[in-house]
Amino acid sequence: MSRHTLSVLVENKPGVLARIAGLFSRRGYNIDSLAVGPTEHPEVSRMTIVVNVEDSPLEQVTKQLNKLVEVIKIVELEQSASVARELLLVKVKADAETRGRVLETVQLFRAKVVDVATDAVTVEVTGNSDKLEAFMKVLEPFGVRELVQSGMVAIGRGGRSVTDRNLRPIPAPPAAG
Amino acid sequence: MSEQPTGTPMTGAQSLIRALECAGVDTIFGIPGGAILPAYDPLYDSTRIRHILVRHEQGAGHAAQGYAVATGKVGVAIATSGPGATNLVTPLADAYMDSVPLVAITGQVSSAAIGTDAFQEADIRGITMPVTKHNFLVTDPEQIPTTIAEAFHIASTGRPGPVLVDVAKDAMQARTTFRWPSELSLPGYRPVTRPHAKQVREAARLILESSRPVLYVGGGVIRARAAKELRVLAEATGIPVVTTLMARGAFPDSHPQHLGMPGMHGTVAAVAALQRSDLIISLGARFDDRVTGNLDTFAPHAKVIHADIDPAEIGKNRHADVPIVGDCREVIADLVVAVQADAEAGRRGDYTAWQQFLAGVSAKYPLGYDEPADGTLAPQYVIERLGALVGPDAVYVAGVGQHQMWASHFIGYEHPNTWINSGGLGTMGFSVPAAMGAKVGRPDTTVWSIDGDGCFQMTNQELATCAMEGIPIKVAIIDNESLGMVRQWQTLFYNERYSHTDLQRQAAAPVRVPDFVKLAEAYGCVGLSCDAAEDVDATIAKAMEIDDVPVVVDFRVHRDAMVWPMVAAGKSNDEIKFARDMAPEFDETDV
Repeated sequence: MSRHTLSVLVENKPGVLARIAGLFSRRGYNIDSLAVGPTEHPEVSRMTIVVNVEDSPLEQVTKQLNKLVEVIKIVELEQSASVARELLLVKVKADAETRGRVLETVQLFRAKVVDVATDAVTVEVTGNSDKLEAFMKVLEPFGVRELVQSGMVAIGRGGRSVTDRNLRPIPAPPAAG
Repeated sequence: MSEQPTGTPMTGAQSLIRALECAGVDTIFGIPGGAILPAYDPLYDSTRIRHILVRHEQGAGHAAQGYAVATGKVGVAIATSGPGATNLVTPLADAYMDSVPLVAITGQVSSAAIGTDAFQEADIRGITMPVTKHNFLVTDPEQIPTTIAEAFHIASTGRPGPVLVDVAKDAMQARTTFRWPSELSLPGYRPVTRPHAKQVREAARLILESSRPVLYVGGGVIRARAAKELRVLAEATGIPVVTTLMARGAFPDSHPQHLGMPGMHGTVAAVAALQRSDLIISLGARFDDRVTGNLDTFAPHAKVIHADIDPAEIGKNRHADVPIVGDCREVIADLVVAVQADAEAGRRGDYTAWQQFLAGVSAKYPLGYDEPADGTLAPQYVIERLGALVGPDAVYVAGVGQHQMWASHFIGYEHPNTWINSGGLGTMGFSVPAAMGAKVGRPDTTVWSIDGDGCFQMTNQELATCAMEGIPIKVAIIDNESLGMVRQWQTLFYNERYSHTDLQRQAAAPVRVPDFVKLAEAYGCVGLSCDAAEDVDATIAKAMEIDDVPVVVDFRVHRDAMVWPMVAAGKSNDEIKFARDMAPEFDETDV
């Protein structure tokens, strides 16, 4: 099995997420991570889907996704040619004794403290999965109270845009009779 | 009818009916109910749409399928919210599997009540997502004409399929303006119909180089209306042809190059041709498990040219050496040009040894059956005589099971769209309503439903519709008093333990429940019965004489007849049996 990152441009319409999630589940593909949000075109949303499949099922995933009427375009983002980020918010135990060392770790990872309490701090960190994993490894000994993590978002390197796409309507068949 | 550019003021319901008229709809099968009631009021006034009141929504859906396949147009079914809509799920799933163009209109509870578990509310858009090509929920009356136009476009283009349009009741009751759209905004929907020239050239090269090619023809050839082109290609190359269950009629059964149907119940010649082939030219077929048997041992030496309008079918089950995405008619037409150019340049494949080998297999292992030893009626004989007496211009509509396989084998099909059945989903109860729809679409054609006694009891209520609406279909019940195909599997694989497959109580003085002749009469049809071979012809002749009311013939047949040939489920096609425990023997030196 190998991880693949798909950027899926979809029409911004109700039910699109259900269609895509349903397709993955009924065809037996596992989603590792999913993130949805708007794009520079208000009528287009972008999903970043990380799947864990072999190459030939990946081709099926892509083809089946493409059959959905509201899916406009699918691009696989190669790790080497794209930038991928996840966001993590974590509440770590930090009292007077440990706070200094926690803050040092935060600085080392270029993370950010977004909330402070007497016995804990909440830290925001972004990066790829490896960085977040490394960060958590160092932070865990202090005591993790709560953790929330976003799905991965990714974008291709270079000046070209995957959203350049003809969205022009097609002529309707004339009314009968 | 010209529309003002600013639109015509009317209700959403009127807009819906007007939109259906603009989409070219002339026939709708349906049943009214609370949420769809607003649409039924303007439907009452429509002079262009005939509404046929069915007795069950499943009947409406299958009738729309039968209508669509018989005419090539989009079939339309209409139902109310909740149970009305859920009753359409089976026909939608059936149409999705068999690529039947269908538009289903359902009423939905008012938009303010959606999501509140209101009376007769069901999330039919959510429910039908996996079994439709696309679906819509309309809550804004302004969107009705565009949505209908998009639904018909999606249903009928690319790989055809079912589209559901769920319309909230308040959208139908509100005032709106009707405007038929001049354009459709479907940025994610661009089916590829033109095949890639390079792929076609590559396919032609493989055809030239092969020595044991087979044209593996699927239902896509029927949907693409490519039967003529297929015949030209077959005759130009001399390549043997097999037609799947969905493609029966795409190539004449009487043609000497035709080996019949492949697959689990395929002819020995068709199965052997694919197994021993060095090149499978798949046209609008999808390497279904019922065709391939065990995939790992399917056609082990064959390269594959796979042409399909749906890119997701290519390489799904079997690797394609030459994938061709496109409409089958265009693909075949381009292939004809390519092979003819080769022929003119003096390049021509030599398949003589292959053709001779397959002709030998066909001659040695023709389709056949044994007469029952106890003198009861052979079901195969009934179907064989039906095909012989009624002829290839009629439309035959089967249910699912043994009778379906026999109807596929023992009727000679010469034309596309004369064989209608439920292939992919295998829906028992398909036949009677689908036959009704086919007859509505082609009123001047004789339409025979060939049904099992099990299937028939699932949807025979539509005989009432046929009688009331003047739709004189004919039904041949192949009545073996059991769920015959399941019984066959119990005979072969479950030590003859007939768990719950008897449809009649086996007693010394049996009382038939129901009495199909009386049932037919109760529904305003003519009921006939026949249980002896010598009466079969006369009974069919009698049924053919009646053309003003539906006719139901109860053919009481031998209950232990089995469908042969057969490849047991999950086994390799090499293990085909042409009769119980009888494997064909091939002369290996022939190819």
